[in-house]
Amino acid sequence: MLLIRCPYCEEERPELEFRNAGEAHVVRSANIAGESDDDFEKFFFIRANPKGVIYERWRHIHGCARFFNAVRDTVTDKFIMTYKAGEPKPAKLPGASK
Amino acid sequence: MNAAFRISGAGRLSQARTASFSFDGKSYTGIQGDTLASALLANGVHLVGRSFKYHRPRGFLSAGAEEPNALVQIVRDNARKTPNVRATVQELYDGLSANSQNRWPSLAFDVGAVNDLASPMFSAGFYYKTFMWPKWAWKDIYEPKIRAAAGLGVSPEKPDPDHYASRYAHCEVLVLGGGAAGIAAALAAAETGVRVILADEQAEFGGSLRFESGARIDGQDGYAWAQGAIAKLMAMDNVRVLSRTTAFGYYAQNFVGLVERVSDHLKNPGRELARERLWQVRANRVVIATGAIERHMVFANNDRPGVMLASAARTYLNHYGVAVGRNVGVYTANDSAYAAAIDLKKAGVNVAAIVDLRDNPSGAVIDEARALGIEINFGRAVVSAGGKLRVSSMTVQPKNGGGGRTIPVDAILMSAGWTPSVHLFSQSRGKVAFNDETKRFVPGTYAQDCVSVGACNGTDGLDATIDEAYAAGAKAAKEAGGKAGRAAKPKVDAGESWSRGMLGAAPGAGPGTTVKAFVDFQNDVTAKDIRQAVHEGMHSIEHVKRFTTNGMATDQGKTSNMHGLAIAAEELGKPIPQVGLTTFRAPYTPVTFGSIVGHARGALFDPTRRTATHGWAARQGAVFEDVGNWKRAWYFPKAGEDMHAAVNRECVTVRKVGGLFDASTLGKIEVVGPDAAKFMELLYTNPWEKLETGRCRYGIMLREDGFIYDDGVVGRLAPDRFHVTTTTGGAPRVMNHMEDYLQTEFPHLNVWLTSITEQWAVIAVQGPKSRDIIAPLVEGIDMSDEGMPHMSVREGRICGVPTRLFRMSFTGERGFEVNVPADYGEAVWEALWAEGQKHGATAYGTETMHVLRAEKGYIIVGQDTDGTVTPNDAGLDWAVGKKKTDFVGIRGLTRPDLVAKGRKQLVGLKTKDPKVVLEEGAQIVADPKQPIPMKMIGHVTSSYWSENCGRSIALALVAGGRDRMGQTLYVPMPNGTIEVEVTGMVFVDEKGERLNG
Ligand SMILES: [Zn+2]
Repeated sequence: MLLIRCPYCEEERPELEFRNAGEAHVVRSANIAGESDDDFEKFFFIRANPKGVIYERWRHIHGCARFFNAVRDTVTDKFIMTYKAGEPKPAKLPGASK
Repeated sequence: MNAAFRISGAGRLSQARTASFSFDGKSYTGIQGDTLASALLANGVHLVGRSFKYHRPRGFLSAGAEEPNALVQIVRDNARKTPNVRATVQELYDGLSANSQNRWPSLAFDVGAVNDLASPMFSAGFYYKTFMWPKWAWKDIYEPKIRAAAGLGVSPEKPDPDHYASRYAHCEVLVLGGGAAGIAAALAAAETGVRVILADEQAEFGGSLRFESGARIDGQDGYAWAQGAIAKLMAMDNVRVLSRTTAFGYYAQNFVGLVERVSDHLKNPGRELARERLWQVRANRVVIATGAIERHMVFANNDRPGVMLASAARTYLNHYGVAVGRNVGVYTANDSAYAAAIDLKKAGVNVAAIVDLRDNPSGAVIDEARALGIEINFGRAVVSAGGKLRVSSMTVQPKNGGGGRTIPVDAILMSAGWTPSVHLFSQSRGKVAFNDETKRFVPGTYAQDCVSVGACNGTDGLDATIDEAYAAGAKAAKEAGGKAGRAAKPKVDAGESWSRGMLGAAPGAGPGTTVKAFVDFQNDVTAKDIRQAVHEGMHSIEHVKRFTTNGMATDQGKTSNMHGLAIAAEELGKPIPQVGLTTFRAPYTPVTFGSIVGHARGALFDPTRRTATHGWAARQGAVFEDVGNWKRAWYFPKAGEDMHAAVNRECVTVRKVGGLFDASTLGKIEVVGPDAAKFMELLYTNPWEKLETGRCRYGIMLREDGFIYDDGVVGRLAPDRFHVTTTTGGAPRVMNHMEDYLQTEFPHLNVWLTSITEQWAVIAVQGPKSRDIIAPLVEGIDMSDEGMPHMSVREGRICGVPTRLFRMSFTGERGFEVNVPADYGEAVWEALWAEGQKHGATAYGTETMHVLRAEKGYIIVGQDTDGTVTPNDAGLDWAVGKKKTDFVGIRGLTRPDLVAKGRKQLVGLKTKDPKVVLEEGAQIVADPKQPIPMKMIGHVTSSYWSENCGRSIALALVAGGRDRMGQTLYVPMPNGTIEVEVTGMVFVDEKGERLNG
């Protein structure tokens, strides 16, 4: 069982307290009703499935209940870092495999 | 009376404390502290099992957890028959009853042994090659036969009556293994004051100090020192000492699974004791001190009962006081077997000869053996063991060939060297490195905060081991925040040390030979099998493993992996590290399902949720159904009524008079804040800004793809406060969906979401008399049609407690839903029930609720929709705000597929024969005469007998359904095709007049 750091609680807590919520940084358009089919397809259906670094949303569901973002390495299954919802993708990653 | 092979004065057990036991129905006497293995050996019993494939007679190879052969079934009663228990691990208790496995009709005469004679047929890859044709025969003939023949042990006939405990634990330093290294590391760590857990799989601590007669620490015998150290550790508040506890799995971030065997060693464990306890430990630092496992020699018939590891013979003698024979031979490729020969000789056992593969070794143990008058043969090999049910001789030859001689023996003690136990290190994702000089894999690159010490780290000698372990324990504790320790490091006065040895087949079993020289005893894999696998093209060790099944039995190749690897490497002509080691996986030793399941079974498997009126309903004789974790009253049968009769009566009574229904399980979410209405606009398809305070609206929630996600009635309590209801099953995910959008997409909205499902009990009062039933109990609410029209909500009091009173209907009748604080739910229900009784109202359950709503064509999300249904498909377009510019799902609704013609639409169905009730899920076709497979155009989503309509009714999703009104469609069923007519979805009161009736 992994330990995951909640950026709101500022604590490492066991994986049991969290739930994955899919890919991060997929932005819902402010004018979604006017979006083209292609753009909507990209927004709603297309997801990255990288070998290596993945940006994900997680929720500290059995804790503070906040959604946050995490960077995880899909090869080692290690969490590289976590940060609050709304913050930009980190420019630099500490200790990533790639 | 002592058993024949118990040596008076030897061993550490009190020989006066006897315990009787039985094996295969025969009674024996052992002593307290024995394992089943030592007790049987004390009685001269070596033959204890038949091998898996060839049914060869087998005895004890080892004295520990690595045992591949001596697997037995321990029988306590009909429900407690544990198969595949290692006799070398099972502690003896008075009355223990064990049976051998994999034999018929008896251990000494086993019909399956014909497999041994036919063994050329059963060579490596046999299962893959032989049973592949014809294809159908695998399922019907081969597999069932093989499974019946291959079964190891017998399953109990009853559910497991034992209970299994579970603990989470945290510590700074976790020490795995309680031999000299582990104890030294734990002592060093414990002195710093940090929390330490020390675990060992054995009943007593000490590891190899149990048999190393030459070890002396701090002026004492090594084993005695270990017991003293453990007593000291157990007295410390910051230390937890766990014996009989196996670390079976090493997971991410120093999370280690341990299983403690709590009561398997007790005669009458009693109900209060768990059988096993699972420890899930999170450690800041882990010290791995798992020791090393001796390897056997790979020679012909090395599996005969009586042929065993030298260290095992020493353990049986030095700890249990048992001689494994009277006239033993020794076959070795390193020094350690000499120590066994010396100990046995000193105890009065004749040592017929030591056969040493090495040419001219020298050293203290060799000199000592020679001084004791033991015959020593250098540069020679044992090429075969004689005997069948028990070894009777060993045939010795010069290792490079030449004339041999046969020496009579009743046991052969062997040692090919020691394999460091890197299992847990490897499970931690550490990478092992091959030491070419000592020919062993040792920990190389670490992946976690752990350290290996002692024999498992390839450290030889007691002195070096304790130095290394003590330093590692102190360092781990310091890194984890411990203070500097003060106590002195244990001082080693004398110790034993050996390394080296050999890997692979011994002379006589090498390339070109076909003798049965076993590498993996449990899976019956010989040296020849591994060479054959290489010849047949298996060039990776992972393929060799799977083709031969080497190392794949429950012992996970603890004794066989290195031999198998060396034989494959030799055959491939590659160095060992290039061939590579197979991956070590959890569990280290077999783990019971019970210990993993723990308390989570039966009533404790999943929580049960009960509503406030549960007790009342139970007293009324309600039948309950499970809805998610909820228990809901399904129907309320009166004396003599079956479900059908009860539901018919409930349905008719609600429409004629009225009924009470517990709707508390519906999800309830309070949406509060200045932007509450804006938030509702975004999360639901409907318009909310203009909904007046005190009014309600039926809301539909979509996913972004445009499909219906949930629905429910929403009341506006104040401009900034909405009381939202959800489906029973949808409550948690709707809350999650709302939170997700609020936190991540619309964080600018000032809104708070609160789950209030369990705060409010909800009593639905429905039917023409509903207002008459409620009104006498209500204060502060005008309940006239003008004061409180359909789809309105009021706050006031009922029975003196606060209520949120909704006027709404899921039956099509005049109806109310009375929300009261859950603690008052039962009292208010009883008061309403008393009023209802005056009018002849009924209590009704979920089945009647379903029928009544279907009569009105009200959908149930998740039953009439399945995640591919749009509001339009469900005939709910009216609930989608046409002027809205945004809501979740607005873009999805305009996807080409969602606006295409011919989509499945929800319609009503009436069977031509009104008495026939369709099956929910049944498929619908337009032409019943078309060839199979027919084109299916839809399916039945809801179907009931409607007593109110005097006929069956159904809802269905049908392609282009609304254009098919009046058409005849067909529902093919196993017993014939049912004709149906497509109708509207409303079967009762099409105009909706009864809502105010
Ligand atoms: Zn948190």
